[in-house]
Amino acid sequence: MRKLLLLLSVIIVGIVFTGRLFYLQVYKATSTDLYADNAIRKVFDYPKRGFVYDRNGKLLVSNQPSYDVMVIPREVKPLDTLEFCSLLKITKQTFKDKYEKAYRYSPRLPYVFVSHLSKEDYAVLQEKMRKYEGFYIQKRSLRKYETTIGANVLGDIGEVNNRNIQNDSYYQSGDLIGKQGVEASYEKTLRGQKGIKFIQKDRFNRNLGPYQNGINDTLPEAGKDIKITIDATLQGYGELLMTNKRGGIIAIDPKTGEILALVSAPSYDPNILVGRDRSKNFTKLYNDSIANPTFDRSLQAQYPPGSPFKVLNALIGLQEGVVNTTEQFTCRLGYYYNGRKLHGCHSHRSPVNMNLGIYESCNAYFVNVYRRILEKYPTSAEGMDNWSKHVKSFGLGDYLGYDLVVGRKGRIPDSKFYDKWYGKNRWSSTFMTSNAIGQGEVETTPIQLANMVAAIANRGYFITPHIIKEIEGEAIDEKYTTPRYTTIDRQHFEPIVEGMFDVYEKGTAKNLQVKGIEICGKTGTAENFAKIDGVKTQLTDHSIFVAFAPKDNPKIAIAVFVENGYWGSRFAGRIASLMIEKYLKGTISRTDLENWILTHSLENEYAKPHSGEPFKINRETQLQVVPKPNYEAN
Amino acid sequence: MRQTDRHYKFDWLTIILFFILVMFGWVNIISASHSGETLNFTDFSHYYSKQLVFIGLSIILIILVLSIESKFYERFSSVIYLVALLSLAGLFVFGKNINGATSWYPIGSFTFQPGEFAKVATALAVAKYVSDLNTDIRKFSDQLKTFAIIVVPALLVLLQPDAGSAIVYGAFFFVLYREGLPHIYLIVGVLLILLSVFALKFGVISTLLITAIVVLTYYFTRKKRPSIVQPITVIILCTSLAFSVRFFYENILPAHQKDRITVWLSLEKDPEKLERMKKTVAYNLNESEKAISSGGFKGKGFLEGTRTTGNFVPEQHTDYIFSTVGEEWGFVGSFLTVLVFLLLIIRILILAERQKNQFSRMYGYAVGSILFLHFLINIGMVMGLIPTIGIPLPFFSYGGSGLWGFTILVFIFIKLDSNRINQW
Repeated sequence: MRKLLLLLSVIIVGIVFTGRLFYLQVYKATSTDLYADNAIRKVFDYPKRGFVYDRNGKLLVSNQPSYDVMVIPREVKPLDTLEFCSLLKITKQTFKDKYEKAYRYSPRLPYVFVSHLSKEDYAVLQEKMRKYEGFYIQKRSLRKYETTIGANVLGDIGEVNNRNIQNDSYYQSGDLIGKQGVEASYEKTLRGQKGIKFIQKDRFNRNLGPYQNGINDTLPEAGKDIKITIDATLQGYGELLMTNKRGGIIAIDPKTGEILALVSAPSYDPNILVGRDRSKNFTKLYNDSIANPTFDRSLQAQYPPGSPFKVLNALIGLQEGVVNTTEQFTCRLGYYYNGRKLHGCHSHRSPVNMNLGIYESCNAYFVNVYRRILEKYPTSAEGMDNWSKHVKSFGLGDYLGYDLVVGRKGRIPDSKFYDKWYGKNRWSSTFMTSNAIGQGEVETTPIQLANMVAAIANRGYFITPHIIKEIEGEAIDEKYTTPRYTTIDRQHFEPIVEGMFDVYEKGTAKNLQVKGIEICGKTGTAENFAKIDGVKTQLTDHSIFVAFAPKDNPKIAIAVFVENGYWGSRFAGRIASLMIEKYLKGTISRTDLENWILTHSLENEYAKPHSGEPFKINRETQLQVVPKPNYEAN
Repeated sequence: MRQTDRHYKFDWLTIILFFILVMFGWVNIISASHSGETLNFTDFSHYYSKQLVFIGLSIILIILVLSIESKFYERFSSVIYLVALLSLAGLFVFGKNINGATSWYPIGSFTFQPGEFAKVATALAVAKYVSDLNTDIRKFSDQLKTFAIIVVPALLVLLQPDAGSAIVYGAFFFVLYREGLPHIYLIVGVLLILLSVFALKFGVISTLLITAIVVLTYYFTRKKRPSIVQPITVIILCTSLAFSVRFFYENILPAHQKDRITVWLSLEKDPEKLERMKKTVAYNLNESEKAISSGGFKGKGFLEGTRTTGNFVPEQHTDYIFSTVGEEWGFVGSFLTVLVFLLLIIRILILAERQKNQFSRMYGYAVGSILFLHFLINIGMVMGLIPTIGIPLPFFSYGGSGLWGFTILVFIFIKLDSNRINQW
């Protein structure tokens, strides 16, 4: 018995140890994944980010080096702080604060002491850098905008946030990612693939050398250059015209669906979101809730489309066979129902046929057509759904599917919508006649309107609008080359196109003609309400205009939208004509229009609701005249 | 006894097991002290090069130990013991302080740790004293004298202070118990340990309740009951012991040792403090467990252990060497290492049992017990089974004194064993 005590103890301990080893190494074994191993440092090698060119090959976005001053606190030797501070353009207090921060972060690890030195500061500093032990300069790559236009299209890059990191394991804290515009939508193409080096480190986080001599390391893959559909000249001209105004311009090539210009005003110089002042400037832009420069009005502004929407009702009427081009309706300065005037109208010839209805924008005519479309079916619900189906085939009421990251669905009501409002079968066509003239429940975004015009210009189809033209060595998405057909037959488009042509010839836009170009257009005026101190108040109407040109073989379809611009041809129409001429001819013959646009500002109009004082709208306002801005061709 | 009849037969199995451990230990020292550079065995700034020299020197030691007449060890055990005590005492005058303990003599650029040899000397002295015909370990006075032989060097080591090495002297309990130390020592010893751990983990009140229930149940189920005073005394003794243990833990124990026990028994419940402990007092343990765990079943391979190469486990070439085995050789390698240790210890115990004289048997038993305690405490600590106690893993941990101490310890026994045929 006495002999066995030690022997048994030895054997029991052996069994217990084996059990513990099994628990630690087999049962609870930690992953051998290199990425998860915190004894291995992962060093990333960032490739060059792809350049962005416009449709004509003009370079819009490239890269520039930026220099950060780094510090490793433990290695810092006493230095001439005063000289160093003046070189870095910081105060002595900032120096002290930053140094303490760096030390608290880690005495052994590099820390960004001053970021984004300018090239000039770098040149001066570089020569003296050797005097300051523990400090060194690290080169980084930043975006460089070769232009001052297109901030909303080009977008910008910034550091990834936690959500980016969670959603995509590619990103590590501190990585850059496209935040807006094409930088965001073509992020994967532009960024390339970063390379990775695995480095063995010790418990003090010091590098010991490549892990396994670097057999797991990968090389970076350069980002690809892209060419976008934007015409920089047209875009720049659009932005110039929109000076002192708010709104958006969308120009599309109807043949291809390529977006030629995507102007949102007010805008900003994209270069302010690069480098040292990025976060300061971004906060400033972001917090400007009145002018709202980060809000892309061409994609995100959702309003009732107003009169341009009327032409859709004419098309649907023809398709459904409820009206023909010669049938006439009377207009007694408005549309009457049961002796009550539902919609007013301005004074023009009566009775009205389709052509006249379009170029004079007669409300009564379209309410009649609209009611017939809905009443063709036994129930209002069926009529409504049929109408809704036709409208939606023009790309309205849902996301268009373009390749930019922001947007809105718009709204095209159907029977379900009104069932919710009024109850099932408790409504009829007279309840929502506003839809006939583009008011009421119908809402669209400017890009949807431009696309609708493109579909009319093409006589029955459109190609999903897009911003990408070419990716180096890659085909663009098939969906941007495939036509989407509307539910309207081709032959019904000619009378509508004629009507829109007459808008320029003898209708609401006859003062906006451009010699030598056959333009088809449609004016629009949308009522505009805002809540001021909780009270619904009417403000000056929005000015809307859609157009395409030339009439046969169209090359440009355009939608212009100017907030508080009043009637359609006043601001939007002028701008549309100028844009069309600029794109098709390259020069401007209607300098009178250009002068008028450049010298008239709406800034005082925008200030009204925020002034706190009573104000007048529409007819009773006076336009603000400003000196012409400096115009340099972009 | 005639010179010509001398017939030696060394136990080659023990020798082979010994060399397997030494060589595999050296392989792991290479990993633990290597941090990515190319291996250079002639550069003596590396631990692995130095250890290779120590191993070479230990072979000379082996030859020396085996060539000395085996009677020498028995006859001169008292002298050896006295020299060992003197060298331990001399540390207080000439010793060099490394990591807070004055356990080393500086000799040129090397250091020498007499504590590693004192174990051998004590084993010889205890074996010699107890095997003396006049000594009867069942007699209390002889027990006291034997304890004195063990406690004096242990105390000197404890005062250096090197509590870990002092604990190793507890190994002699197994030797004395084998030779007839009364059962009461075993019973009281085991009870004391259980009671202390229980008191620390669950507190004095729970200890009182549990002992009361156990003792009284036992008392009242007996047919012939002695006076009630007896069980009451036992309960009071247990409770006051529990109280003293707690008091010792709370107020007397140095902070770092207190923390080790706190970590071991998971006494800290505040998750925030626990997290902080993982980075401070439990840092070594935490990193070593992580390293072992990251080895998985097959291990990462020689020199491929990322945590070993990155020196994440401090003291990895000495006390924490087993974590290298765990990371680079995985469950397979660690299990085999444990197995070889077990085989060596069991082999030594079997050899001890077949000795014909009591001195050799006791010495062999002492060798097995000392190796066992080192094995138990070191690997148990590295895997987080017992509180952190800094003692080396025999044959594995870096260090000349340690390697030589264990070499002499084992080979004196091999020499004694080889001579057993000539003894009767």
